[in-house]
Amino acid sequence: MTPTAPPTARPAPTRQDFASDQEVRWCPGCGDYSILAQMQKIMPDLGIARENIVFVSGIGCSSRFPYYMNTYGFHTIHGRATAIATGIKCAHPELSVWVMTGDGDGLSIGGNHMLHILRRNVDVKIVLFNNRIYGLTKGQLSPTSELGKITKSTPVGSIEHPINPVSFAIAAEATFVARAIDSETAHMQEVLKRAAMHKGVAFVEILQNCNIFNDGAWDSLKDREVKSDRLVNLQSRKPLVFGKNRDKGIRLNGYKLEVASLGSGVSESDLLVYDETETDSSLAFLLSREGRPDFPVPIGVFRDVVAPTYDELLSKQIAQAQAKKGPGSLKDLIYSGMRWTVKANGTSV
Amino acid sequence: MATKSQAANNNKPVEIVDRVTIRFAGDSGDGIQISGNQFTMATAFAGNDLGTMPDYPAEIRAPAGSLPGVSNFQISFSESDIHTPGDAPDVLVAMNPAALKVNLRDLGPGGTIIVNSDSFATANLKKAGYEANPLEDGSLEAYRLIPIAITQLNAKALEESPLSKKERDRCKNFYALGVIYWLYDRPLQTTLDFIAEKFAKSPETVAANQTALKSGYNFADTTEIFTSHFRVRQAQLPPGEYRNITGSESLVLGLVAASQLAETPLFYGSYPITPASEMLHELAYLKNFGVRTFQAEDEIAAVCATIGASYAGSLAVTGTSGPGAALKSEAVGLAVMAELPLVVVNVQRAGPSTGMPTKTEQADLLQAAVGRNGECPVVVLAPATPADCFSMAIEACRLAVKYMTPVYLMTDGYLANGSEPWRLPDLASLKKIPVSHAADAKSFEPYQRDPKTLARPWVVPGAPGLEYRIGGLEKAEVTGDVSYDPVNHERMVHLRAEKIRRVAQDIPPTEVFGETSGQLLLVSWGSTFGAVHSAVERVRAKGKKVSSVHLRHISPFPADLGQILKSFETVLVPELNLGQLRLLLRGEYGLPVVGLNKVQGRPFTIGEVQQKIEELI
Repeated sequence: MTPTAPPTARPAPTRQDFASDQEVRWCPGCGDYSILAQMQKIMPDLGIARENIVFVSGIGCSSRFPYYMNTYGFHTIHGRATAIATGIKCAHPELSVWVMTGDGDGLSIGGNHMLHILRRNVDVKIVLFNNRIYGLTKGQLSPTSELGKITKSTPVGSIEHPINPVSFAIAAEATFVARAIDSETAHMQEVLKRAAMHKGVAFVEILQNCNIFNDGAWDSLKDREVKSDRLVNLQSRKPLVFGKNRDKGIRLNGYKLEVASLGSGVSESDLLVYDETETDSSLAFLLSREGRPDFPVPIGVFRDVVAPTYDELLSKQIAQAQAKKGPGSLKDLIYSGMRWTVKANGTSV
Repeated sequence: MATKSQAANNNKPVEIVDRVTIRFAGDSGDGIQISGNQFTMATAFAGNDLGTMPDYPAEIRAPAGSLPGVSNFQISFSESDIHTPGDAPDVLVAMNPAALKVNLRDLGPGGTIIVNSDSFATANLKKAGYEANPLEDGSLEAYRLIPIAITQLNAKALEESPLSKKERDRCKNFYALGVIYWLYDRPLQTTLDFIAEKFAKSPETVAANQTALKSGYNFADTTEIFTSHFRVRQAQLPPGEYRNITGSESLVLGLVAASQLAETPLFYGSYPITPASEMLHELAYLKNFGVRTFQAEDEIAAVCATIGASYAGSLAVTGTSGPGAALKSEAVGLAVMAELPLVVVNVQRAGPSTGMPTKTEQADLLQAAVGRNGECPVVVLAPATPADCFSMAIEACRLAVKYMTPVYLMTDGYLANGSEPWRLPDLASLKKIPVSHAADAKSFEPYQRDPKTLARPWVVPGAPGLEYRIGGLEKAEVTGDVSYDPVNHERMVHLRAEKIRRVAQDIPPTEVFGETSGQLLLVSWGSTFGAVHSAVERVRAKGKKVSSVHLRHISPFPADLGQILKSFETVLVPELNLGQLRLLLRGEYGLPVVGLNKVQGRPFTIGEVQQKIEELI
C-alpha cells in the first residue's frame, strides 16, 4: 500500500495471496501442480475478492485442490461437488464458485450430477482433470480409460468404451466448454480466464498426466516434435489451421471432418471457420469427437454461448413474487384458509 | 346459518351421540379424498374435535372398480378432546363393491353400511371378486345395510343440467356427501362455498355439484330409510382461532416460521417421493417468503445442494421418505464432520426397499439414529400430531443452528396426511432463533467451539479474512486443518458425541401423564401419540393406574428420562416397527422394556393399545 492510498483501499492481490499455508501433497511430477500454478496465476486478474471465491471438490487427487487455495474451500464427498456447488451458488449467487474434479469423481460416481449442473446452466466453473485413471485408489480403470487398457482392476484389458468429457458436456448443452493440457501453461491460463468470465456453467477438461499410475497418457499430444501436428487450437471465427508450418487445415466434407493440406489448390477460404458462439452445438460436438491418429485433437474453447443461468432465474422468481405479493407475512400465511373461532364459553363461529 | 335452520326444520328426531367415526371408500378417481376433506371442514365448523386419516393406493388410477384402486378417508369427530381418527368406523360409505370388500373387515359390529346400490352390477361384483351380490345374499346381516341408488337419484336430480351425462355422473359423490351431511347434521355452507370456488370457471359445474349436494341432503331428510339422525355436540376446545391442518402443511408453516425467527432465508432441496412431495409443492409457492426450493436430480443431490446452501448461510432443509433417507446417509455424515446445520425430514413409510409407499410405519428410527458410517451422532426429533409438526419444525431448525448439526425430523405418512384442528399460535409468543456468523478475522478458528454448546462458528463465504477450508477429512481440534493424528481423532469423535449429548440440557422436562411412578409406564414416540394417549386415558377412566410419556426428542433422550423409567415396574413401548425405540432405550438405560409392535402399514387403534395395557396390569 502506498502512503497516500486511502485507508480502506486494499492492495491488489498477487499470485501468492491465493496460495494457502498448506503443504501441497501431490506426487512430485504430477500434472496437478501445473493446474494449481495456472489457477493461482490467473486469480489476481479476475478482479474478484478472495473472500467471494469458493473452491468445491469431491474425492480424488484433484479434489485436494481447495486446501491449496487461500479462498473459501469445501472438500466434500465423492462425486457430489457439483451438487454442493449448485446449493452454494443458489443460496449465495454473489459468490464465484469453482468445482475441481477428475474423470472418476466427475464422470463416474458424479456423472449424474455433472449432467444436471450442465443442463441447468448453474453459474459454476468446473475444471475436470482427466488423467484416464483412478489415482488416489492406486490405479484402477476410469470412465475415460481406453478400451483394452490394462489396470489393476482390468488385468487382461478394459472391455469398456470410454466417455469423451467434452462430447459429454456439449451433449448436455453446457454453455461453455473448453479443453486444455497441463503442459500448455499459457494456453491453460487463457482458457481458465475465459471460463471465469463466462456467465453460466463452464466446463473445462484438462488433459493431465498421472506420472505414477498412467504416465504418458497424453504424451502423443505433448511431444515437441509432433504436437503442432497433433493439436489444433480452436480460434473462433477463424479458419481451422494447424501444423508446424501452419500448412494444414480442417474442412467439412458432408457430415465429416477431414484434414486438408494448404497450397495444392486448397486455400484458407476452403477451411472450416469455427464459431464458438453458435447456439447449435452440432459442429462443436463433431469437433469434440476428433482424436483419430491422422487427425489433430482440438483444444481451446468449443462453445461459449449466452443463456440465462439457473441461479439468476431462481433469484428472479423470488424477486418477482415479492414485487407482486410483497414480502411474505407469516401471520397472513398461518391465519389463512377456512378458520373458526372457539369462544371462551365454548361456542364456535 | 341457513343450513342449520334447514336441519332444524326437519321433523325427524335427533339422537345425541358423543363420538362418530365414518369411513368414505370408493375408486381412487372417485373424489373420495375431496369428500372426506369437505366433511372434515363441515365438521370443524360444527365445532367438534376431530382426527382424519386418508388412505389411498400408490397407483394413480388403478382400474376402476378393482380392489387395488380403493381409496379411503376416515374421520372421527367428537364432543370431547380426541387424538386419533378412530378405531373401527361406525359408518362405512362404500361407493362400489370393491370398496365394500376392502373395508368390511374394519367395520365395527352392528356398524352401518351405506352403499351406492347402482354400482353393485355384475361387472363390478366380478372385479371385486364377489360371486353373489352381497347386498342380496344375506352376508351383511350382521350390519345395518342402507343401499341407496345414488347414481340414479343423482342423475334424476341433475336432469335439467346442461352438462353431459358423464359430467353429471361425476357429481354423485356430492350427492352421497349430502346424504351423510343430513345423517350427521352437518352444515352445507362450507362445501357449497368450496364448490363455487373450485369450479368458478364453469357455472354449470358449480350448479350441478351444489344441486347434487343439496339433493342428497333433501333425499335423506324425506326418505323413509332414515328414521332419525345424529348430532355430536360441540367439543369444549380451548378458546382461540382454529383451522384444520395436515402434518405436511403444518410442517411447512413451521419451516417458514423458523426462517423468519432466525432471520435466515430457507433453502429446501428435495427429490419427489411419496409421501414427502407435498412439502416441496407447498414451499415452491412461498417464493415471496424468500424460500428457495430446488428439485434435485436425485436424493443425493437434494441433500448435497442443501448442505451447500447451509455452508453458504441458508437455513437448509431437505425432505424425503425412507428410501431417500438411505441415499442421503453419506452426505449427512459430511454435515456431521463439517459441523453444518441441516434438517432432514423423513416422512416414514412402510419398508424395506420400496415397501408400501402410501402406507405408514416407524421403521426408520434406527436409520436416523445410527445408520451412517463411523461414529456419526445427530439429533433425532419426532412430532406427535399433525399440528405438532409446526412446533417441531421450529425446534429442529433451532437445534440445528444452535448446535451446528444435522437434525432428523421423523414424521410418517399418517402424520403427514392426517389432519386435526390446530389452534393458531400467537406469533409474538414464538421465540427468536439467534443466528450469528463469525466475522472477526483475528480471533477466528474454524473449529473453535462454544464452551457451552460445543458448536463451532458458522462462517458464511464472503466474510473477508476468514477464508478457510473444510471437508469430510478428520479435523484438527480448533484449527480445522486436516489431521490423521490418532489422539486427535479420538478426541474429535468424543467432542462430536458430547455436543449432541449436550442438546439434552436444552430440551423441556419430560411430562408424565398419570402418576410419576407405579406399575406400568407406556413410552411412545411420533405418530403413535394419539392411540397411546387415548388408550391410557380409557384405562385410567376405569380407575386403573397406568402412566405414559411421549418422546419428541429421541436423540439425545431427555435428561430426566432414565429416572422416570426406573420409577415403574414395567415399561411398554408401542411402535410401528419391531422394537427400534425399545432397543435404544435398553441400550441407553439397561432396563427391561416390553414392546407392542405392529407393521401392517396402518397406525395403532386405541383398542389394540388398550388391550395390551390390560394384559400387563
